[in-house]
Amino acid sequence: MKKYIIESIRLTLVLLVLLCIVYPVSVALISKMSKGNGGGEKITKNGKTVGYALLGQSFTKPQYFWGRPSAVAYNAAGSAGSNKGPSNPDYLKEVQSRIDTLLKYNPGIKKSDIPADMVTASGSGLDPNISEQGAAIQVQRVAAARKIDVKKVKELIALNTQKPFMGVFGPSSVNVLKLNLALDEL
Amino acid sequence: MNTELTGIIATFLLTMAIAIPLGKYLAKVFAGEKVWTDFLKPLENGIYKLSGINVKEQMNWKQQLKALLTINVLWLVYGFFVLIFQNKLPFNPDGNPGMTPDLAFNTIISFVANCNLQHYSGESGVSYLTQQYVLMFLQFVSAATGIAAAVVFFKAFRDKTTTQLGNFWEFFVKSITRLLLPLSFVMALILSFNGTPASYEGKDQFISLQGDTVHVSRGPAAQMIAIKHLGTNGGGYFGANSAHPFENPSYFTNMVELIAQVIIPVAMVIAFGYFIRRKKLAWTIFGVMTIGLFMLLIPMLSSELGGNPALTKMGISQTTGAMEGKEVRFGPAASAYWATVTTIISTGSVNSMHDSSMPMSGTWQLLGMMINSFYGGCGVGLLNYFIYLIVAVFISGLMVGRTPEFLGHKVEAREIKIAAIITLLSPFLILAGTAVASYIFTNHGNAAWAVQPKSWLNNPGFHGFSEMLYEMTSSNANNGSGFEGLGDNNMFWNLSTGIVIFLGRFLPIIGPVAIAGLLGAKKFIPESAGTLKTDTKTFALMTFAVILVLNALSYFPALALGPLAEYFTH
Repeated sequence: MKKYIIESIRLTLVLLVLLCIVYPVSVALISKMSKGNGGGEKITKNGKTVGYALLGQSFTKPQYFWGRPSAVAYNAAGSAGSNKGPSNPDYLKEVQSRIDTLLKYNPGIKKSDIPADMVTASGSGLDPNISEQGAAIQVQRVAAARKIDVKKVKELIALNTQKPFMGVFGPSSVNVLKLNLALDEL
Repeated sequence: MNTELTGIIATFLLTMAIAIPLGKYLAKVFAGEKVWTDFLKPLENGIYKLSGINVKEQMNWKQQLKALLTINVLWLVYGFFVLIFQNKLPFNPDGNPGMTPDLAFNTIISFVANCNLQHYSGESGVSYLTQQYVLMFLQFVSAATGIAAAVVFFKAFRDKTTTQLGNFWEFFVKSITRLLLPLSFVMALILSFNGTPASYEGKDQFISLQGDTVHVSRGPAAQMIAIKHLGTNGGGYFGANSAHPFENPSYFTNMVELIAQVIIPVAMVIAFGYFIRRKKLAWTIFGVMTIGLFMLLIPMLSSELGGNPALTKMGISQTTGAMEGKEVRFGPAASAYWATVTTIISTGSVNSMHDSSMPMSGTWQLLGMMINSFYGGCGVGLLNYFIYLIVAVFISGLMVGRTPEFLGHKVEAREIKIAAIITLLSPFLILAGTAVASYIFTNHGNAAWAVQPKSWLNNPGFHGFSEMLYEMTSSNANNGSGFEGLGDNNMFWNLSTGIVIFLGRFLPIIGPVAIAGLLGAKKFIPESAGTLKTDTKTFALMTFAVILVLNALSYFPALALGPLAEYFTH
């Protein structure tokens, strides 16, 4: 028994060096060559960081495309979903009020145009994307608020739409932050 | 065809294309045959030398288990104290506090047991030191423990009669050097080049386009996310686990993470057949497990792609499926596929919030964890399956009136007793645990715990009951996913699930290894016309029936009170 204890302690110490120093530090060093230098890819505007490419942020003003509802108000230091069950009555009321808000601020759209992703909270609370349909229902509002041509807005959506992976795998999506940045830069 | 479905079909096929050759490779590695990774031998010899281990020393099954338990207890003690004192230790750039003793108790058992149930949140609950030197360390070594235990089990059936089952330390170290570490290294780089942070920088801050100040948690996440999947651990770096855009930046990384968590459990099944030179048996087991996967996956896909009926009633469009708790970049199909594999295999990482899945999906997730052997966790999945197999051998033997035997060894009273105890353990822990929780919730709602029992549940009615049932099931299965709405960071849940995880981990390792050790030591009976063949389709069907009947009998009432009731009243 004593033999196993001593072997266990020594083996644990050796493995701590291998698995907790050699492995992670070498990955960290190599990752310096990646796009975000291993710290997450940042998005800048006029030299200032305005966000991370992968992290959604809160948009509430009419001239911006809105992202999905977030259970944590896009807190990037405390990600979480709503964890609401599908039949929870309070949750269903919340969804109804999100539908009403969208209908109120986006003239010309019908209830049946609203895609599920625009009225449901994401798993992380930081979803950077909306569906193409989610962007389409906001075109009129954004164009009116910015007093620009609807066609121009649609072009920008197309430019910021991520097609399915390799064209055939998974859904397509629109990155809200990049789209809004493109609008600001017009 | 819809791109979401092609995505999951491609993921499944790629998984098998990697897992099957990996299994053949593992059989050779553990048999000590020549493989291309033998250039790592000097590293292994160095590890043995520094640790004072002589790998030539053969161990019997009892010595194997002693070694396994000794080192696991050591990790429990080491980790517990780091968790409590993490605020006083270095590498805590975000200034996170030390854990309370009950939370530390839960967390350390959870990580030593390869469960990774998390009652803390990664961003605010642990320091960088804890993340790497305790949690990530344990993700490696707990997976290696499971694999090594499975190899001991393999050894018992390789030779006709043997008590010498090899050296535990050798299997354990090789699981790391020849499998987990190289694969994790490659995967961590893939993740970091696709956007996952991997450096040691602390929290960042920026002003958003609209003018809000936003704090961003970062840190060496890619390294942990790689092993969390390869080792079927599941404990995420960030609170939202693999739904977090940093942990899982794109559909591509989602495919990588999905493949990573399945390859080793599948490879272990293949390795078993090649190692004991009975390939057909391995393919039979693989067949049963794969059919099990599809039987849970297809109905789950159908309910998630169908969307939430309550939202359909409101008149919105759910063309792609239910979206609450899901991410747009993965979509409902890949989320349902993930929810299936993460529950049948004991990973427990999530890319969508299971609490918000459709009621019937909840049933399939729970059932996947209750069965816990359709592939199952690293190494331990096969051990769990072995228990069902022994029960099936026993029942078949009774049905045809012959002495039950498995691979040329008589299965007698002692082995069956162990198998019966292990079979009964899971329903006992899950159902008794849920019953106690329900009792406290209804009768002691005002108990002065960190989260008062009356505020435990995030959802009313049947779904609330499912939250408690899920927590206990996930703990017993060493899965670690949760219906995360449950207010679980308090004395009751920390202690109760800690105990359930501990028993649910170590007894189902000890039992099968003991049975294998006992069988392996018995006289070998050559195959004759009267032998019950365990590698036939008939026997596969028999095992499948045993799995279904045992689980249906054990869990149907509890499932009926939770997700099924929600489905029918929804």
